[in-house]
Amino acid sequence: MNHAASAAAATATGAAIGRRVTIVRVVIIAVILIGWEALSLSGLLFRDVVPSLTAIGRAIGRLLANTDFYANLGITVGEIGVGLLIGGVCGLATGILLGANRFLSRAYEAFIYYLGPTPKIIFFPVMIMWFGVGSGSKIAMGALSCFFPIAISAASGMRQIDRVLIRVGQSFRASTWQMVSKIYLPAMRDPVVNGVRLGLGVALIGTLLAETKLSNRGMGYLIIQAYSTFDMPKMYALLIVLFVLAIGANALIGRLSRTDLR
Amino acid sequence: MSKSPLKEWMASRIGARSIGAMTVLVLIGMVELAIRAGIVNRFIVPLPSEIIVAIPRIIVEENVLHRFWQTAQEVLWASLLLAGVGIPIGALLHRFSIMRLACETWVGALAAAPIVLMYPLFLVIFGRSATTIVMIGFAAGLAPVILKTLEGLAGTRQVLLNVGRSFKLTASQQFWKILLPAALPTVFVGLKLGLIFAMINIVGVEFLINFGGLGQLINELAERYDLPGTYGAICFVILTSIVFFDTTERLERFLRPGA
Repeated sequence: MNHAASAAAATATGAAIGRRVTIVRVVIIAVILIGWEALSLSGLLFRDVVPSLTAIGRAIGRLLANTDFYANLGITVGEIGVGLLIGGVCGLATGILLGANRFLSRAYEAFIYYLGPTPKIIFFPVMIMWFGVGSGSKIAMGALSCFFPIAISAASGMRQIDRVLIRVGQSFRASTWQMVSKIYLPAMRDPVVNGVRLGLGVALIGTLLAETKLSNRGMGYLIIQAYSTFDMPKMYALLIVLFVLAIGANALIGRLSRTDLR
Repeated sequence: MSKSPLKEWMASRIGARSIGAMTVLVLIGMVELAIRAGIVNRFIVPLPSEIIVAIPRIIVEENVLHRFWQTAQEVLWASLLLAGVGIPIGALLHRFSIMRLACETWVGALAAAPIVLMYPLFLVIFGRSATTIVMIGFAAGLAPVILKTLEGLAGTRQVLLNVGRSFKLTASQQFWKILLPAALPTVFVGLKLGLIFAMINIVGVEFLINFGGLGQLINELAERYDLPGTYGAICFVILTSIVFFDTTERLERFLRPGA
């Protein structure tokens, strides 16, 4: 009886806190939106730098109704997808090799560890020379960007695998491919998924920045075109849509990994 | 049966690292041979020997040390902003738990957002200047500083807080004498992450808007089609970021000896 009462009290307290959190969130959003609109009307900043919310809303509507937007979005998604696939497979293979072999790890992992935090966009001139100004150089930027976090995560995940599982595979005389597909990958799913999440984020940045620098299609091109024509509502609309998509994709991978674990 | 000395040396950490370094040198030698043999187009990949020769040239002619100082100043300003804004926001979110519950997931989402893509917007607001670059670096590094400050303050051991209460410390004294010193190692991890994000984005935006220090150098050399110079400048930036990353790692180990 006491347990039931305390559980009910805890639920009620939780619900009350939840309501307060919702109220605080609504208040924060309202303050930001009102502040934005006030700033837009005040004329304190250069004209159109802070467009009104209705202008941004209309721009989002126009953007979402425009077939050209979806064509450019498709190109960017394709470039990121192929880049993630190439960089992911290479990163995973490298990570497995480095994690499985102590000598290889000691000899080569430091290069990956130290090259990981370098700004990858500086390689873009090289990628243009190697793969041209089209989609190839953007895919290469995406692949290069996501290779490092995936390789580092996979190497770390490989080292965390329970030795018993590896011995079981060896005792069944599993081939290398069977070891990778039946033992290593399932056992290191969490670090690999985390690596892919990080990799997706940096592949997205690498690809889009490359598009803003030199491209005639894709979302990055649309953003820089809006900047060049000083179409601020469109730029805000593009950035909002892009941020929602990026955060959504990140959350989706996180949720998928959690669903699988259940 | 004992191992041969060569195998023992290879198995040692120094031996393995030496082999790693030698592999890189062999690869560079192979690229040199492939270009000289005409297998690789020298108008796409310059000779490694030309790149090595170009490095002293770009250091002198392109004023690399001045550019390095420009980038370092931008990183320094961004780091000051990160410490001055990120840590107080983290502390405020810790102080008001309802704000923390309301905003922590938003800050997490901010960490996953590709903030650097807002650089055209920053260009419109701040102009093509160092302020844009510093503000992008600051915005990109803010989320980890807030999250780690919050984590550090929330992770303070209860016994320390109880000691503070038993001495009847005020809220301000509790913060400055108990909470902040206990959270400092985690706060430093956040600052380190923020600094790395800031540095990556600062060099990236310098390259993209062709303004500032090392990033601009690469862009200018690439636009002049000075291939050995471009590759040399990229090597210099990689070296700089390695030194920067290694220094922050060592600082972290120094400040958190047990970690």
